[in-house]
Amino acid sequence: MTVSTGPTDEAGPLDATTVAELRQIIARYPQSRSALIPMLHLLQSVEGRVTARGIEMCADLLGISAAEVSGVATFYTMYKRRPVGTYHVGVCTNTLCAVMGGDAIFERLKDHLDVGNDETTPDDGGGASITLEHVECNAACDYAPVVMVNWEFMDNQTPESATRLVDDLRQGKEVRSTRGPRICTWREAERVLAGFPDDRADDGPAAGPASLLGLRIAREQGWSAPPTEHAGGTQNPKEGS
Amino acid sequence: MVDALTPVLSAHWDSDRPWTLESYEATGGYSALTTAFALSQDDVISMVKDSGLRGRGGAGFPTGMKWGFIPQGPEKDGTVKPHYLVVNADESEPGTCKDIPLMMATPHTLVEGVILTCYAIRANHAFIYVRGEVLQVVRRLQRAVQEAYLAGHLGTDIHGSGFDLDVTVHAGAGAYICGEETALLDSLEGRRGQPRLRPPFPAVAGLYAAPTVINNVESIASVPCIVRNGADWFASMGTEKSKGMTLYSLSGHVARPGQLEAPLGITLRQLLDLAGGVREGHQLKFWTPGGSSTPILTDEHLDVPLDYEGVGAAGSMLGTKALQIFDDTTCVVRAVLRWTEFYKHESCGKCTPCREGTWWLVQTLSRLEQGRGEESDLEALLDQCDNILGRSFCALADGAVSPITSSIQYFRQEYVDHLENGGCPFDPARSTLFAPAEALA
Ligand SMILES: Cc1cc2nc3c(=O)[nH]c(=O)nc-3n(C[C@H](O)[C@H](O)[C@H](O)COP(=O)(O)O)c2cc1C
Ligand code: SF4
Ligand code: FES
Repeated sequence: MTVSTGPTDEAGPLDATTVAELRQIIARYPQSRSALIPMLHLLQSVEGRVTARGIEMCADLLGISAAEVSGVATFYTMYKRRPVGTYHVGVCTNTLCAVMGGDAIFERLKDHLDVGNDETTPDDGGGASITLEHVECNAACDYAPVVMVNWEFMDNQTPESATRLVDDLRQGKEVRSTRGPRICTWREAERVLAGFPDDRADDGPAAGPASLLGLRIAREQGWSAPPTEHAGGTQNPKEGS
Repeated sequence: MVDALTPVLSAHWDSDRPWTLESYEATGGYSALTTAFALSQDDVISMVKDSGLRGRGGAGFPTGMKWGFIPQGPEKDGTVKPHYLVVNADESEPGTCKDIPLMMATPHTLVEGVILTCYAIRANHAFIYVRGEVLQVVRRLQRAVQEAYLAGHLGTDIHGSGFDLDVTVHAGAGAYICGEETALLDSLEGRRGQPRLRPPFPAVAGLYAAPTVINNVESIASVPCIVRNGADWFASMGTEKSKGMTLYSLSGHVARPGQLEAPLGITLRQLLDLAGGVREGHQLKFWTPGGSSTPILTDEHLDVPLDYEGVGAAGSMLGTKALQIFDDTTCVVRAVLRWTEFYKHESCGKCTPCREGTWWLVQTLSRLEQGRGEESDLEALLDQCDNILGRSFCALADGAVSPITSSIQYFRQEYVDHLENGGCPFDPARSTLFAPAEALA
């Protein structure tokens, strides 16, 4: 059995468990190369970034060249060549969020954390480090301005709430997503994206208030889709009409 | 008369833990499988054709017709290729935020739709390609698929029908272009997400060069209610050529932003009324009907029916029904520049007009936004747009020029104001959600 020499240490081979899990990913697909994107997610969860040896390992397992793997790894923005902190904080600065306050939030966080885009705060021993990045529209525009922490939603932020958020993260306080569970580490998140569930699907609400806007109005007004011919269908035929 | 709002897809989003199998089945979930398995595959396709369902991913292509393009029977050389369904859950078009809440709240609606669709198109393996940046949604999808297997809705010989189906949840890794269906296929094959030359179309040679249907989440999630309630029921909502109900997403300077499920053809005026109107004390300035790739509209267009034909006739596109609302505090040049930077960042680099063109667009627009240059630069900008529109490999580039050309059409003077003012005449603080009262005065 090979022993890992440390999580971000590039020397030596990858540990046997990781190699076995990479093979498990390959087994999910009719053609092995389809596994590459989740494999890279898994490697990020193990190594904190995409490393040269991770690229070599994917190439070996898939029977393609390291250059091909590298070409894929550099194409997608979620793959990082520099080590990512304990928490990845993504501020949406696409137009709608930017206008609603995302630009102000991003400026404030850069200042507060004293880092630039895609940079990581120094690990001041024991504490948690933060990688700050501005991100594109995260499909949550009805909760603008939106901040993502390790790809969990932090809806309706302000510069003040975002500053508190990163302070709490750095101090190791428990932080919960507004539409999701307690925030895990970036590496744990990457593992779920690789297709290894962490059993937190039941945490958090089904929907935030904005998602329920139309449904609430329809209930107040007694509106519904047309009644169906058979009883017990999806729609409750209109009450009282 | 059909009601103004018709929650079907969103009808159970406020139930207790609606993402669970138990909750979904309690409201009739998965009962459409029994109905479908009693029909022939072709009858299910006909039913979806008759319903008038059109793709909800942006282009509005008739869903049943797309399914009908999948070749049946053996290939010319006698071999039988597998068929695939790929669900496009990449939702990344700026402004678009409907598929994510659907999968978050009721992922089983999508899974049931996947089973019905695969049965109809004779596919035994489906992939749900979900963007990677939505962790809790990925978790809920993984769980829903796992629950569906355990309940026998997935796997081999589903409910004794003889039909086998596997579903794989596949998380992407951050690239807007992977929402384009052929780029998505390349990405799913483990490559850089770059669009493919067509023909061959995916229906003939898609995933692994096999016949493949690619549909948006909302399209597939609309199939169970059609099978359960009938094509006529679905078609009783909406307009002549745009049938059914759909999710409209209101965001931005609205009193109450959010999702509103209504029959196709409702107007922005009606939706805004329901959502409490534009932010208090302000007027509507411009909006997108279907994401940033659809030309912007203004307050002249409040009564345009929001269906495929109505928005098309108004010079834009229904797209993803992502209604991003901007009030009079918003600088249109700033908004357009930011979208253009997005397209430049997301251009996959495969073709020159888009790769280099979007770079030039950002250069020219930045200068204008900073109040540098002269009015003739506007013509230069429109020329650059001309060199990109229709000359690029995929629709990303067409989307990139939409905000520019439409904003110059409606707000030319605002560009000129930047030049005369030597910079942006707007205060960005006034547009924010947390604008101090004095800034708004
Ligand atoms: C640049 C670009 C991005 C796209 N992004 C998405 C997307 O995120 N989700 C989606 O369903 N369709 C997206 N589309 C449209 C798809 O190419 C395709 O038309 C759609 O998935 C088909 O499904 P439908 O017929 O059910 O609408 C995009 C198209 C382009 C050109
Ligand atoms: S138009 Fe842009 S995104 Fe589309 S293929 Fe060309 S370079 Fe890539
Ligand atoms: S613009 Fe920020 S989530 Fe859409």
